[in-house]
Amino acid sequence: MSILVDRSTRVIVQGITGKEGSYHAMACREYGTKVVGGVTPGKGGGTHENFPVWNSVFDAKDAENPDVSLIFVPPAFAADAILESIAAEIPLIVCITEGIPVLDMVKVRRVLDARNAEGSAIRLIGPNCPGIITPDGAKIGIMPGYIHNRGRVGVVSRSGTLTYEAVWQLTQLGLGESTCVGIGGDPVRGLNFIDVLELFEKDPETEAVVMIGEIGGEDEEAAAVFAQTRMSKPVVGFIAGLTAPPGRRMGHAGAIVSGGKGTAKEKMAFLESHGVAVVDNPSLIGKTVADVLASGKARRPLLPV
Amino acid sequence: MNIHEYQAKELFKEFGIPVPNGVLVETVEQARQLVGTSPLFKGDSKPAVWAVKAQIHAGGRGKAGGVKIAKTVEEIPGFVEQILGKILVTHQTGPEGRKVQKVWIEEGSRIAREYYLSAVVDRTSRRITLIASTEGGMEIEEVAHSHPEKILHISIDPAEGYSPYIGRRLFSFLGLPFQTQVQFVNLVRDLLSFFQQRDASMVEINPLVLTQDDKLIALDAKVGFDDNAVGRHPSIKGLRDLLEENELEIEASKYNLNYVKLDGNIACMVNGAGLAMATMDVIALAGGSPSNFLDVGGGASKETVEQAFRIILSDPHVKGIFVNIFGGIVRCERIAGGIIAAAQDVKITVPLVVRLQGTNAKEGREMLKNSGLAIQVAEELFEGAEKIVLAVKGGA
Repeated sequence: MSILVDRSTRVIVQGITGKEGSYHAMACREYGTKVVGGVTPGKGGGTHENFPVWNSVFDAKDAENPDVSLIFVPPAFAADAILESIAAEIPLIVCITEGIPVLDMVKVRRVLDARNAEGSAIRLIGPNCPGIITPDGAKIGIMPGYIHNRGRVGVVSRSGTLTYEAVWQLTQLGLGESTCVGIGGDPVRGLNFIDVLELFEKDPETEAVVMIGEIGGEDEEAAAVFAQTRMSKPVVGFIAGLTAPPGRRMGHAGAIVSGGKGTAKEKMAFLESHGVAVVDNPSLIGKTVADVLASGKARRPLLPV
Repeated sequence: MNIHEYQAKELFKEFGIPVPNGVLVETVEQARQLVGTSPLFKGDSKPAVWAVKAQIHAGGRGKAGGVKIAKTVEEIPGFVEQILGKILVTHQTGPEGRKVQKVWIEEGSRIAREYYLSAVVDRTSRRITLIASTEGGMEIEEVAHSHPEKILHISIDPAEGYSPYIGRRLFSFLGLPFQTQVQFVNLVRDLLSFFQQRDASMVEINPLVLTQDDKLIALDAKVGFDDNAVGRHPSIKGLRDLLEENELEIEASKYNLNYVKLDGNIACMVNGAGLAMATMDVIALAGGSPSNFLDVGGGASKETVEQAFRIILSDPHVKGIFVNIFGGIVRCERIAGGIIAAAQDVKITVPLVVRLQGTNAKEGREMLKNSGLAIQVAEELFEGAEKIVLAVKGGA
């Protein structure tokens, strides 16, 4: 088992004829992901690198009924691309694009929530994320596939390369990963830590979860409360940005300490007090997971809700 | 992207939000001239007092001596002279302060009461949120801490947009006099349309004043825009003031490098924003102090690395460099090649530690070791941080 995606998952790529879309569609296919084609408005009907190309997500849906749409559309048009996949009821939308205006995402998220309230079950990962990978089955994103190894640990992160760092350690230690989800560095996004933790809790293959957060917002705190009250599996947490100055955006649009809120120090203390094993040295993420799993305290009783 | 108060007020005016009349000066001479010619300073309807305000991208100007009240027209040029060119140090500028390049002179208002009104994108509700408080003129964070009951938040449903009841709710919360209701409700409406139509990330009116003749005026204006959206508003893009930004940060942005200057002496160069932050943290954990945040992006090509070295070394405080690259899609031996080529072109006079991990890391590290350059190589992140801290402290 794994969460959200596996080797049977069928993927289309929005923006498949673009430089990024094209490169990564091929890299995903090479890894073994079932990439069944892509969408570029105006280029439908032909093929690109042996992928069939459609004019719209609706056409792709009619032809292949894909499970996932992976989006590499430039930021000015990305919100529209996500909305198109939502309208076409693609069950999982993974948006890699960085730089989408936040008010566009406010609207996208509103539309998504409204659809789901009416009975749809559509999930969005990202934007501004590396995507999702279930090692040995489905790489749907821009992460280097080979650093992953199928195993026992679920990974959820707001970051890209920092996630690879953690994954690499898990792989080196022989623990491996069940699924890794990059939820993205933007302030308004689709799946959040909590949503992914809930899925990992239900996944029999996942024995522990690594949660990589950073400065800004309060999502890690909400996740810690969730982990303490609703999860039996241990969570190891790292928060980047202990040395980040307030009021400055650290690369990611969402990585900013504003009004004194969202500091790494506060987040770490909060996580610690809610039973998350907090690592302050990112070199020790893998080792901490190994220790936690070996300690026999891997399964702990839930607090009464 | 932040803008100056005077620019924010000009935008407010465009959107119908009431602001005091004023003029901008960049020299004392300009101030002397305007005092003699502008209707703001002459005639029967001229105001009783004027506010002379330093224009910098930071709050706390008043306490730092950047705002003066002139009671006569004759005082104004003198105040402009005092403020222009002055380095203002406020709680938001850092110890180095910010040099005043522009001064805004505006009519004074006869204030009856001060309020607070702002709009932000709230990441928890994922909506634009209006924030109002009766405690105008105070930092809203302080009020939130000491008197949370004096603040009202209202999130705007993007499907619904603005509706006058929202303005009326804020109005009754603030307890404004009934004759100002239409003014206030329209002001909230206009504030929100400005926010949405120009992709603001933050709009703050603090204080919003009620004058003795029952007029509402935005006495101060602080506006930030969503960096991701500035591209679709050419008029907003033109408001960027490069004098308010760090030179190295401007230089870095030309090469698509994400650089933020910090106070320490160990520079870092990393691929990826999250890992870059974690690298700064690890330098601190190893006992050092990072001098910057620098994300060189996924590629880390020779050209990018070379520009990154140049920018890092332009900071005179830098005593050592820690390069931390996790090679994913781009393999480590290519990255090592880029680092070697760049290090040969840019004269690096401080200790350099390179940590390579990921695809073909071993080969990459061998290349660095055999390059004949004074590069220390590390495998693990913390190991690399310890090496650079030791090299800097040891003066090696």
